Amino acid sequence: MKKSLKIALIGNPNSGKSSLFNVLTGLRQKVGNFAGVTVDKKTGYLPLSRDIAAEIIDLPGTYSLYPRRIDEYITFDVLLNKENPSYPDLLIIVADASNLKRNLLFCSQIIDLKIPTVVALNMIDVARKNGLAIDVSKLSQELGVKVIPINAREAKGITELKRAIQTAVPVPRHDFVDVRSLAPEMMERVKTISEAKSDYAAFQIACHYINVYCLNPEQKKRIREVLTQFQFAAAKSQGEEIVKRYEKINPILAAATSQDTSKQQSIETTSNIDRWLLHPIWGYAIFLLIFFIVFQAIFSWAEVPMNAIDAAFGWMQKQLQLHLPQGFITSLLTEGLLPGIGGIVIFIPQIMLLFGFISILEDTGYMTRVSFLMDRLMSKVGMSGKSTLPLVSGMACAVPAIMGTRGIENWKDRIITIMVTPLMSCSARLPVYTLLIGLMVPDEKVFGIMNLKGLTMLGLYVLGWIMAFMAALVMKWLIKAKEKSYYIMELPIYRLPRWKNVGITMIEKAKVFVVDAGKIIIAISIVLWLLASFGPANSLKQIDEKYLKIESAGPGIPDEVKLQKQSEKLEASYAGRIGKFIEPVIRPLGFDWKIGIALITSFAAREVFVGTMATIYSVGGDQKSNFEGIRERMKTEQNPDTGERIYSTATAVSLMLFFAFAMQCMSTLAVVRRETKSWKWPLIQLAYMTGLAYLVSLATFQLFG
Amino acid sequence: MNRSLLPLGELKEGEKGIIRRLSQGDLSLKLLEMGFLPGESVTIEKIAPLGDPISVKVGSYLLSLRKEEANVVMVQQQ
Repeated sequence: MKKSLKIALIGNPNSGKSSLFNVLTGLRQKVGNFAGVTVDKKTGYLPLSRDIAAEIIDLPGTYSLYPRRIDEYITFDVLLNKENPSYPDLLIIVADASNLKRNLLFCSQIIDLKIPTVVALNMIDVARKNGLAIDVSKLSQELGVKVIPINAREAKGITELKRAIQTAVPVPRHDFVDVRSLAPEMMERVKTISEAKSDYAAFQIACHYINVYCLNPEQKKRIREVLTQFQFAAAKSQGEEIVKRYEKINPILAAATSQDTSKQQSIETTSNIDRWLLHPIWGYAIFLLIFFIVFQAIFSWAEVPMNAIDAAFGWMQKQLQLHLPQGFITSLLTEGLLPGIGGIVIFIPQIMLLFGFISILEDTGYMTRVSFLMDRLMSKVGMSGKSTLPLVSGMACAVPAIMGTRGIENWKDRIITIMVTPLMSCSARLPVYTLLIGLMVPDEKVFGIMNLKGLTMLGLYVLGWIMAFMAALVMKWLIKAKEKSYYIMELPIYRLPRWKNVGITMIEKAKVFVVDAGKIIIAISIVLWLLASFGPANSLKQIDEKYLKIESAGPGIPDEVKLQKQSEKLEASYAGRIGKFIEPVIRPLGFDWKIGIALITSFAAREVFVGTMATIYSVGGDQKSNFEGIRERMKTEQNPDTGERIYSTATAVSLMLFFAFAMQCMSTLAVVRRETKSWKWPLIQLAYMTGLAYLVSLATFQLFG
Repeated sequence: MNRSLLPLGELKEGEKGIIRRLSQGDLSLKLLEMGFLPGESVTIEKIAPLGDPISVKVGSYLLSLRKEEANVVMVQQQ
């Protein structure tokens, strides 16, 4: 039997932790969940030798052990709670050598937890280039743990690191600082109650016992009593602790490092670049240009592979329909399952492209600059500077955009961004808008140059932005913050992106989407297929029988008859029934039951609306003639009771606004479920967006209809 | 040399100071962690075009923080 070693990777953000994780595990990674919380757990597999394999857990990056956010509590619990299934046999602390002082603060805290530890001293190359010479053996001796210099970007020092973790790693020998002296008697009591492994673990528990997972209510109660008895002031003691640590780190640095000041320069290069990238005019110009390229990529470059995927699935569907016997299973396969899978695969190009760009922007250090430029504006409406890219991406598609909110550290900022991103006018709305604008907007020029149709389209995009900001502002008031949040963050020095990391991120994100959101999308597609293909009693069979006579009359059934049959079947299906059933509800918006059916089917994706309208009106042909055919029919369509035209301008505007605001996209809901790890937020989103759409359409139609 | 202390957020672009003390509980812990130590020198590198946040150089690296947060750091201007 192979021995399995549990290793946790831990370190400051920007210390190169993810790079090391990728170097060690390559594509042998998976993303799971920490039990009971909404934080991703990234694990990977590393074969070390014939007898030892390691499971590596990539713990969320944090600046210190003091937990503030949910993911920091996870790290805290993994390290302090022996019962936690992820409690490691061994820790690898990734420390940034070019930023040693602050990284050593965190190292020293971890060392005092008394878990077997190896320090991977990363970015040794950057430090050297800056003229910082580090005496690694001296450092190792002072810290009391093994220190291995590595360069994760170029996979240097990895063999030595692997060798170090294979040999038995001892528990750190001595406490780095003596925290017990801060409150000796109290610490002893807390240590006994909490069964903590080290003095420092007991100190941490004393500071954070309220939100710690590993204590039972009885323990918490007893700790509270002890703390009150000794009048323990957590914040003050923690401040003293940090100062104590730095007091010890300073002489260690003096002994183990030497700085050649003539070479100290990388910050200056970065400052020089910042002079341009954060410039009041050039900074925003470059920002707009970069974001325009990202938008262009997911809006139009992605279209090439997406069309190919669409064609491939269309072809497969046709082949299967041709070669399989007609019946329930074939229908389920070709009209339910296959389009469902196609509907998942179709998102992969956009997701991969967006994450390609995101990881380049993160890797180079530019993303934090975007935050710097945009924070003032975005924080006014309850979001953060990092919400900018998801919102811009949302103009192409909300699905990758919502996955891209992962970089927003603050929970509330992130939730608001997720909630309002689908209000941005995405590319799936385009076919609907094109159809309706063609129907109601005359082909006129405004001020001699601008096309009125184009102007209307532009207006819809602007409307998306305005509504997103307004909704965010409302949510800023409604949603309660869960955690203390600070903006403060590092502006990393500019670096070239690591292409391997970019590649791994792209693949990993596509995988997460297919596996996690895919299930939900398949399930909803099948439900929608059932609704559209089956009807109460044998209503559909009757239509089949009716057309059987015509079809058997001779070969060469005209297309109109086929289309007519599909139309009648859709009307008789459950979807048709529901469309009619909801008619009284949507009548005040100016919609009839036919639009009702299309609203139900287009829950799969907004563009399905056009296809459904084509089926209902028995319009065939390719997309272009489709648009014109539907428009012709819509223009002549009358209300059977009053004889009025159904598609008055008011109805068309009302319908457009409905699509602008309604959550007509199961894939977005699936991905929100995946990102927030609960049904609560997607359901709230569905309710508020549909409600908003209903009210706006109602007002429009009632005022102008 | 007995000049009074200023909140860091009130310094202008390019100005320098020595950190003397931090004035508020939990936030000052976070600032300590990030390297705002009494005795260290800080330089205001850049103020965002919209007026906030600011970027400062502490030790050998750049940090970005909101003015409101920076005001917890009391410095002696150099």
